[in-house]
Amino acid sequence: MKNLQETFTELLRRAATDLPADVESAIERAVREERRGTAAHSALTIILQNTAAAREASAPLCQDTGTHTWYVFLPDGHPTEEIRKAIRGATVQATRKSYLRPNQMEALSGVNSGDNLGVGHPVIHFVPWKKPGLHADVLLKGGGCENCSTQYSLPDQRLGAGRDLAGVRACLLDAVHRAQGRGCAPGILGVAVGGDRALGYRAAKEQFFRLLHDVNADPQLAGLEADVLSCANRLGVGPMGFGGRTTLLGVKATRLHRLPASFFVTVAYMCWACRRASVTVAGKDVRFSQTALAGRP
Amino acid sequence: MAVREIQTPLDETTIRSLRVGDEVFLSGLLVTARDVAHKYMVEHKPAFLRPLLRGAALYHCGPVMRKERGRWKAVSAGPTTSIREEPYTADVIQNYRVRAIIGKGGMGPRTLEACRRFGAVYLHAIGGAAVTLAQRVVHVREVHMLEEFGMPEACWVFEVDNFPAVVTMDAAGASLHAEIAARSHTALERFLGRAIR
Repeated sequence: MKNLQETFTELLRRAATDLPADVESAIERAVREERRGTAAHSALTIILQNTAAAREASAPLCQDTGTHTWYVFLPDGHPTEEIRKAIRGATVQATRKSYLRPNQMEALSGVNSGDNLGVGHPVIHFVPWKKPGLHADVLLKGGGCENCSTQYSLPDQRLGAGRDLAGVRACLLDAVHRAQGRGCAPGILGVAVGGDRALGYRAAKEQFFRLLHDVNADPQLAGLEADVLSCANRLGVGPMGFGGRTTLLGVKATRLHRLPASFFVTVAYMCWACRRASVTVAGKDVRFSQTALAGRP
Repeated sequence: MAVREIQTPLDETTIRSLRVGDEVFLSGLLVTARDVAHKYMVEHKPAFLRPLLRGAALYHCGPVMRKERGRWKAVSAGPTTSIREEPYTADVIQNYRVRAIIGKGGMGPRTLEACRRFGAVYLHAIGGAAVTLAQRVVHVREVHMLEEFGMPEACWVFEVDNFPAVVTMDAAGASLHAEIAARSHTALERFLGRAIR
């Protein structure tokens, strides 16, 4: 129990102070795309310097350590209360160690809880699985990019978007344009087509657990992801909204069934600081990794 | 586009000589203020901020701070999204005579007009580059409203050395954000094959 809390504290430290390798290499590729001497080039260069500095200092790479979304895979019937306790304990401990900013405020009074615990936080989803051990994925998502997330209901007259793939594409490009640099571009889109409003946001956010270079097994969605990524990067928004060739680092989409009356397109916007980390615990064997199980079909 | 080193207290002549696209390295005093502080500044007009903000740079930032041997240290201190302060900023520039607003994502037409009228600029820092930017904080001079507002929302007074930013809204009325938004809108219409409001 105590050990599990320590493990989760370390998981939070890794998530907050380091960037996953796939995200870092996507930014390294982006630097090479931008012209030297432009604000875009210098923004991406500073971002890479910051990533190295944060790793070195074990300090939060972005001061907004965000909303924490946990997915915990555990054997069927395993009591969840002790896991919940360990996560909450680790959250308090990681805040005390300055891996996390005290980031939870009471909604109306604005009073900061001081330890990152709050009504509805951290967000913990339990997933039963057939294996004996436990696996946990955590995602930290800041508020600036969360404010850029949005949901469309098709048909959409303003965009001329109908209930089809072309309509979905129009929503995604519109969302990128509306975000400009405010979500800390270059960003990543997590997309859910279908579902109800609540499930749409949940599924869209789960997409951020996918590796940037993976290819969607659904060929239609794989095509959509590639097309939107390519078009978005020709909008000219650029890093931080300074103009340039890199507006998005990735697009990750999933689809859900829907009611006949509803056709939601949910777009979750993630900043470049897509902070995620994973751990697998089997007895005394603890393995940290950057490979999440959440977000897989 | 030029590279400029500027120092607080900032005077109007220096500020009016800055242009969109200039890269600046700012040294001197930064005062952090974000959502709660802005509402408070406009509704309660606190006296303690006046001498601090006159000619200073106001920084949209909610840092991670740590006390080491009785002294505050900035651990992580990047900019937060500025557009949320759009309803307040024109008043803040006018009433407190702030010369530079530092944040990310840019601001709207009211702020741009206040920059033009009163001689102020918007400086864009790199969002998320929080450790690199915290390393430019050489001294934490004081903090106000820490108990009341909490760590992220308190008003921290930082002494900084060569804090890097880009001028994206200047005192001549130019805004890089307006320009990029217009250009990307045209591209969006091209991709969607129709005019979008």
